[in-house]
Amino acid sequence: MTNLYTLYWNRFRSNRFAVAAALVVLSLFILSFLAPLITPYDPDAIDAYHVLLPPSGAHWFGTDELGRDVFTRVVYGARISLKVGFVAVGIAVLVGTVVGLVAGYYGGWPDTILMRLVDIMLCFPTFFLILAVIAMLEPSIWYIMIIIGLTGWMGVARLVRAEVLSLRERDFILAARALGASDLRIIFRHIFPNAMTPVLVSATLGVAGAILTESALSFLGIGVQPPTPSWGNILTSGKDYIEFAWWLSLFPGLAILVTVLSYNLLGEGIRDALDPRLGRR
Amino acid sequence: MLGYLIKRLLMLVPLFLGITLITFTVIHLAPGEPVEMQTAMNPKISAQTRQKLREYYGLDKPLYVQYGKWLTRLSKLDFGRSFASDNRPVIDKIKERIPITLSLNIIALVLEFGLAIPIGILAATHRETLLDRGITIFVFLGFAVPTFWLALLLMYLFGVKFGWLPISGLHSLGSEGFSPVRWLIDMGRHLLLPIAVATFGSLAGLSRYMRANMLEVLGQDYITTARAKGLGERAVIYRHALKNALLPVITLLGFSLPGLIGGSVIFETIFAIPGMGQLFYMGVMARDYPLVMGILVIGAFLTLVGNLLADLCYALADPRIRHGG
Repeated sequence: MTNLYTLYWNRFRSNRFAVAAALVVLSLFILSFLAPLITPYDPDAIDAYHVLLPPSGAHWFGTDELGRDVFTRVVYGARISLKVGFVAVGIAVLVGTVVGLVAGYYGGWPDTILMRLVDIMLCFPTFFLILAVIAMLEPSIWYIMIIIGLTGWMGVARLVRAEVLSLRERDFILAARALGASDLRIIFRHIFPNAMTPVLVSATLGVAGAILTESALSFLGIGVQPPTPSWGNILTSGKDYIEFAWWLSLFPGLAILVTVLSYNLLGEGIRDALDPRLGRR
Repeated sequence: MLGYLIKRLLMLVPLFLGITLITFTVIHLAPGEPVEMQTAMNPKISAQTRQKLREYYGLDKPLYVQYGKWLTRLSKLDFGRSFASDNRPVIDKIKERIPITLSLNIIALVLEFGLAIPIGILAATHRETLLDRGITIFVFLGFAVPTFWLALLLMYLFGVKFGWLPISGLHSLGSEGFSPVRWLIDMGRHLLLPIAVATFGSLAGLSRYMRANMLEVLGQDYITTARAKGLGERAVIYRHALKNALLPVITLLGFSLPGLIGGSVIFETIFAIPGMGQLFYMGVMARDYPLVMGILVIGAFLTLVGNLLADLCYALADPRIRHGG
């Protein structure tokens, strides 16, 4: 097994973009954990004497309409984005994996019902559904993560189901069954680990998607509520002051762009490393 | 073909029921009831009116009865009345907004496919060249750019900085007096930025998909055969490869609908375009339950129909499905 992992690692390492992306993702983590050490300002400290200042040595990304340091708010905003990205995708992967395992392994009517549910969920314009649910509840970051997760599991379910279908008939499963292994044991011990490769890739790409969705929601004013800084809600004031303060719009947007780009490149890199068949395109 | 068509049409029924069930459940998950929301914001509503509203929506009945009643009314295209102060039937409000959103999205869809297919072919046929690299970088940037941020940047550049294009609404002030040609040009100028944003949003994914399909087809034996018998590269690509590479793209047409419709919330809100997305956003902010439910159902239904049309096109184009299914 160690040889296999060395092979994966070597393949991953040879992809410059993926390595760069992994470094960016890593630095984002460090940045958000060490936020108070990185910047001398308080993200919520209002300073009426330094309102809407352009970028300078003291305020790298300028200040906003309340005199808060935009760089500080972008750094603290990274915390929100990472949290939303990981929790939402965690939920989506959990639900999708369970649905896919059950549908694929048992087949028959559970499969029919679950896959029709997937079809139905895929009909909804996801953003409409998320918007509707969030607006009905009180806006809170937990609801946002749960709802983004609950509207994003369908792809994972289909992937896992397809993997299970192809694994189910393989000899080693047959052997396990002949030895008297229970369904649960077969599913979790033999099928689950083998079906995880495509899920890992889709989860990495899913983090990017969840970050984009959260920022759009916060931008529209129904995501993370001010004064808590999130990249999306900084852009809301960016829109209001676009004629006088371009820096309010530029930097948080770039932060989203770079983060999402990195997760996408990382996901592709992982896929190419684990499964070169898919990557040689 | 007829059998396939009938089978697909019959499938619509359970799917549509599922859509209504999910919509209903989602709205009723909310704590508090719609009438409370509506009346809490309006102190003028008396207890008596409140009771009337409750009866109208059947809120004093158990949930499954409410669902049944709602479904019966849906079948008569009665989506109830909006909670907004105009109190108009939801269906009327949606009807006047749908054409704008649909035509915007169709234009964006045509542009998207019109651009993505050649881009994908170019990247695949010039694989591993500078051109392919450039396209790949563009695609990854396209994946990562938040559409609302792109809209903001374009607004700033073309609207504020250079002042070339209007940045909100569909018409200029006083456009009622314009000649038809000028009226059209005026609307076109208003639509340029929103359509650009809507198109760009999904261009990246589609061109990458097209590239992958094309590469896969180009690796097939019949392409080698075509080349071996001495066909020119043009004929190989456009006559033999393209048709097969395009097939899977048809299904994507159906799949891209919900994304487009959902995305319209963002650019319609930013550019102040009076379409369904903006209506939905306003409905959501005002907790206008009948309106929100109506748009959710119609949005999902449009997707359902879009998927069906895409599948039918696919069946028409691919004899294997037509005869096999």
